[in-house]
Amino acid sequence: MNDVLLSIENLHVTYRTDEALVYAVNGVNLNIMRGETLGLVGETGAGKTTTALSVMRLLPDKIGKIEQGKIYLDGLDITAATEADMRAIRGNIVSMIFQDPMSSLNPVLRVGEQIAEVLRIHNDKLSKSEVDRRVDELMEMVGLPKERKVEYPHQFSGGMKQRVVIAIALACEPKLLLADEPTTALDVTIQAQVLAIIRELKEMLNTSMLLITHDLGIVAENCDRVAVMYAGEIVEMGTVEDIFEEKDHHPYTVGLFGSIPDLDKNIDRLTPIEGMMPDPTVLQAGCPFYDRCPQRMDICNTEKPAEVMKGTHMIKCHLFSNVEKAANVEKVGEV
Amino acid sequence: MTTKNVDKTGVGKPDSRDYTKKRSQLKLIMYRFSKNRLAVLGLCILCVLALCAIFADVIADYQTMAIKQNIMNKLQPPSAEHWLGTDQYGRDIFARIIHGARISLTMGIGTVLTSLTIGSIFGALAGYYGGKVDNIIMRIMDVFLAIPNMLMAVTIVGALGGGLVNLLIAMSISSIPRFSRVIRSSILSVRDMDYIEAARACGTKDSRIIYKHVLPNAIGPIIVNATLSLANTILSISGMSFIGLGIEKPMPEWGSMLSEGRAQMRYHPNLVIFPGIAIALAVLGLNLVGDGLRDALDPKLKN
Amino acid sequence: MSAPLIETRKLVKYFTTPRGALHAVDKVDLKIERGQVLGVVGESGCGKSTLGRTILRLTEPTGGDILYDGVSYLKYSEKEMNELRKKIQIIFQDPYSSLNPRMTIGQIIAEPIKVCKTITGKKAIDEKVLEMMDLVGLSRRWINAYPHELDGGRRQRVGIARALVLEPSFIVCDEPVSALDVSIQAQILNLMMDLQRDMGLTYMFITHDLSVVKHISNYIMVMYLGQCVESAAPEELFKNPLHPYTVALLNAIPRPNLSFRNRERKIIKGEVTNPINPKPGCRFASRCPRVSDKCLQQDPPLKEVGQNHMVACTLYE
Repeated sequence: MNDVLLSIENLHVTYRTDEALVYAVNGVNLNIMRGETLGLVGETGAGKTTTALSVMRLLPDKIGKIEQGKIYLDGLDITAATEADMRAIRGNIVSMIFQDPMSSLNPVLRVGEQIAEVLRIHNDKLSKSEVDRRVDELMEMVGLPKERKVEYPHQFSGGMKQRVVIAIALACEPKLLLADEPTTALDVTIQAQVLAIIRELKEMLNTSMLLITHDLGIVAENCDRVAVMYAGEIVEMGTVEDIFEEKDHHPYTVGLFGSIPDLDKNIDRLTPIEGMMPDPTVLQAGCPFYDRCPQRMDICNTEKPAEVMKGTHMIKCHLFSNVEKAANVEKVGEV
Repeated sequence: MTTKNVDKTGVGKPDSRDYTKKRSQLKLIMYRFSKNRLAVLGLCILCVLALCAIFADVIADYQTMAIKQNIMNKLQPPSAEHWLGTDQYGRDIFARIIHGARISLTMGIGTVLTSLTIGSIFGALAGYYGGKVDNIIMRIMDVFLAIPNMLMAVTIVGALGGGLVNLLIAMSISSIPRFSRVIRSSILSVRDMDYIEAARACGTKDSRIIYKHVLPNAIGPIIVNATLSLANTILSISGMSFIGLGIEKPMPEWGSMLSEGRAQMRYHPNLVIFPGIAIALAVLGLNLVGDGLRDALDPKLKN
Repeated sequence: MSAPLIETRKLVKYFTTPRGALHAVDKVDLKIERGQVLGVVGESGCGKSTLGRTILRLTEPTGGDILYDGVSYLKYSEKEMNELRKKIQIIFQDPYSSLNPRMTIGQIIAEPIKVCKTITGKKAIDEKVLEMMDLVGLSRRWINAYPHELDGGRRQRVGIARALVLEPSFIVCDEPVSALDVSIQAQILNLMMDLQRDMGLTYMFITHDLSVVKHISNYIMVMYLGQCVESAAPEELFKNPLHPYTVALLNAIPRPNLSFRNRERKIIKGEVTNPINPKPGCRFASRCPRVSDKCLQQDPPLKEVGQNHMVACTLYE
């Protein structure tokens, strides 16, 4: 049985607005193995949410378009699937958790009802009592008392709402969970609770997860592998050890680490990355980080760097292009 | 002073937009408006009407054509001499419509300006201060809103007598509550913004906060409502005149033209069709402009 | 020994709601010396933002006292308050709602000067505006731009320029970097630290992010449900947290460091209790892993437990 659950190959996604064409994702390649958590790190506008929405084929109608590339989920070709195929797998094989728990739940339906809905859509042969039993089970799994399933979303706090969202997402025991900054809107102590639940359930159900976040701390504590995204491209990818402990990195990754105040270090000044992300309506001929890179070379402006592999560690940068390219070409993720 | 933190954005990439020139918000709004074809159409219609109103005397002499009765010429169909024909008193219909534009527009604008000013004051006070002040003002407005517009206007005209001024008073009073509501809700949406607090943090007086910070941001809905209200007012004036309570005869007003022409409608529909078209065009033009303004003023640029 | 620049004594702010009094700030004592940065941390609902606004009298205190340079300004008239406002200013969290969308950047920065009439004459005012823009690292070409044309980081620089234009001594910084992207956060934090050092400013830096506050503060105060539960110098607080809430807070922060990956983390349970008409006793009791009967009897007072290290907990009485 193939260990690769999700495979994204050369994905290009654009948004067509009235004013301009936005190049949101420009040639992304990534894999997720069964049971593993891949962290997708980057700032606003990097294209992380777009990538996740593409896997679910939930890009805004008529505006978002997968221009090129292929996405395979558990053998199924997502990019070529029909809408009916997609409806059958959304919530069932792949689920998504969004950032804002306040707007993720329908305010006029009881929470038990919302959990039951996804069960019924994908398991129409279940009897009412079986559905009820499963809803109770799920509520307890996420740490909510089952008596509260008759309450409405506004009666829950932010952290509890997010637990309901997790219950809905995991109700049909999907193989892949897409979590888009699931705890950014929550207080730090609640964040710890919610992440703990996600970790526990993931273990129990052997679910793979794509965890999108800008917080490197969350990545360190929850992910097996990490992909760093910038301006629609993945500039570095590897295991957590590769990213946190190896010494070679993409300059953007170095910049990210340098700009976060770390509780455990005593530094006088942060070293922010100067400048801003490039205009997404302009397709970059060379490396998109060129403007802000403290180590840029002339070639970086004209030619896109190749993906350089060093074992499980991929860096897309001209600085490393002479290092161990051909020798250790193992596709990332296959051990 | 420290220059360590200069934001070096755009290094290596030229940004051709020049922000050093003063660009007014007004020009931006006008630009956005001009991109909306229907709105521009509406504006053209209004311009034509406005021109008619302003140059009415030049186009057709008031006394001889619009007022003076000439029974010999009565009920003529459209011809070279009388473009839209004549009515049952021999008066040139085209001339009456042109002068009617002047009357409708001036009355309409007068009414809207009056009710807008008075309504704004009440609405601004209610919205900004909230609490008891808000409650008292709004409950008074509710009383006025509960009385149907037409009925109130009829009552006031009945009490004060006819004439243009009384008509203006009557129409204004019925429009005040609507404006005060619009302004109040506009202000409520702006009042709790951080930039209002920032203004208070340096000791800005309430009056300055209202006119410098609150009103400019609340004015969008106000302008839109004013344009739409003008359309309504013109219709109301026509309605009032139709039932005989508005403009006194023999002044040419579209509504009263409709009313007078009713009896002749069967065989001389031009007496009724043309004033009707005039009313429809005026209202249509105003509605299109109102919609266009709403889109142009919308701060959708907040991205 | 000069008086601290800002001092509060038993500062109280209650909001009346239909269900009772909401204790937003409950008998908070604090002192900030000239040129120092007090970091105020806590999660949502702890009252830190209300504390900042009450100190500025943007909302009126319900009780207690506030002093500037040793002099109480609780009962200042509007005129006296307007004079004081030149010296105490605020920077807001949301760069999108803190700037008037109908005013240009130049007008926004000039507005405080025009209101307080500290400088007169168009030329002088324009010069001051440009000087401020240089000070905060904002390119001069933005002077006639509107807020929606700038990104979050630049907008926040405008907010900082506006707060500094009256040359205040004290600034309440209400989560000034929370709404910004990580790398922009670092730029703005550096800017604020440099300005503080170069101009001898005094900050009250409010945030929920403990790593940010450690970086910028001379002294930290931890708040929970309107009360100060612990306060200490940063190194002391992080090395030796005493209050169970502080311990829980530190435990909950994810570290970008693999050595913490499989640690035994005691994640705190439960949620924040209701701030309306709170029952007597420690407000953290329902979630505290070390709660005892004593905790429910009365509010534990703030006691000094070490060098300048205060904590309000029955464990240290």
